[in-house]
Amino acid sequence: MNAKLKETILNPIFKGNPITVLVLGICSSLAVTVTLKGALVMALSVIVVTGISSLILSLLRNTIPGRVRIIVQLVVVAMMVILVDQVLKSFEATYAIDKQLSVYIGLIITNCIVMGRIEAFALGNSPWPSFLDGVANGAGYGLILIIVAFFRELLGSGTLFGFDVLGWMGYVPNNLVILPPFALILLGCIVWVQRSIQKDLQEK
Amino acid sequence: MEYLSLFVKSIFVDNMIFAYFLGMCSFLAVSKNVKTAAGLGLAVIFVLLVTLPINYLLNTYVLAPDALVKGVDLSFLSFIVFIAVIAAIVQIVEMVVEKFSPELYSSLGIFLPLIAVNCAILGGSLFMQQKDFLNIGWRGNRVFPGQRYRLVPGYRLPGGYPREDELLQRAGRPQRSGYHLYHRGSHGHGLHDLHGY
Repeated sequence: MNAKLKETILNPIFKGNPITVLVLGICSSLAVTVTLKGALVMALSVIVVTGISSLILSLLRNTIPGRVRIIVQLVVVAMMVILVDQVLKSFEATYAIDKQLSVYIGLIITNCIVMGRIEAFALGNSPWPSFLDGVANGAGYGLILIIVAFFRELLGSGTLFGFDVLGWMGYVPNNLVILPPFALILLGCIVWVQRSIQKDLQEK
Repeated sequence: MEYLSLFVKSIFVDNMIFAYFLGMCSFLAVSKNVKTAAGLGLAVIFVLLVTLPINYLLNTYVLAPDALVKGVDLSFLSFIVFIAVIAAIVQIVEMVVEKFSPELYSSLGIFLPLIAVNCAILGGSLFMQQKDFLNIGWRGNRVFPGQRYRLVPGYRLPGGYPREDELLQRAGRPQRSGYHLYHRGSHGHGLHDLHGY
């Protein structure tokens, strides 16, 4: 694997993270991070959708007229989301996946990360790097989602993946953490940590 | 009055940004000055105003179970149909604005095509599908044949409007439990009740 491909994979996960650096995909990260399980399911769904739709659009990139490209992109992304949605629906009973995800799975279609990577990368690059770029961006998104969900579930319900972690020692769940604004505060803290490590991101 | 309260509720109580946190990306990006914010706001209002009724009709007469052909449930196609309608309308709006008002077109710039991927707009259609305004159109009237031609029903059952599965149960129709489990139910923050009307 050459250096450029490695950079394509590693950059979105930390240095150019879609949530903390590019500030894309904020809406869903506020809504689905109440429990770790929801965040994990959402992260996997986004990885699948960004990866495969980047691959498909990269294969089609020379045949799409510029004027209607947004419709074509949306149709491909919507098709992937429907597939993910149907798969989740079939597993819903078995693994008790939260019902709260239903609207937000649909909203992956309009997740800025998916469209952003297709516009910025997949339409100008060959299929294999595009696929890796999509997967890596989905993973960068998922990483932040899981970090936020970890703190929100731990402090808000005293559990992790539904298992009691803090409750047995008399921890009183903090309801503020459950509310969406707290996710914004946590995201702010993550951006703060990242910017103090990466000095070049700081605004003068 | 029913419609007035729905109107006020949609603006203030169920505000897309403050209550559901949808459309945050463009909200963060364009709220730097009043002019672009107002432009994008108007464009979003227009696109929602056109797409929601179209999506409602498509949802009710084409996608809902038993709507097009008896025994056929096309609701899994709703994402692709909704987004195709939204993208097509946005494309048309873009072309019209470009033709008739080049100034506005250049001042809105990239924000106009990006309305297609504004999650508040797709969210509007998805909530429309979830909330099921039973008092409008044919789907509700089919359950209550006596009310067929009453556009603004005065009745309000105890505890607000019944959910669709309850109505189906009363009408003696089989429930499609899988569909309802997935598409209905609480929204997730624990703050909002989607069936609160």
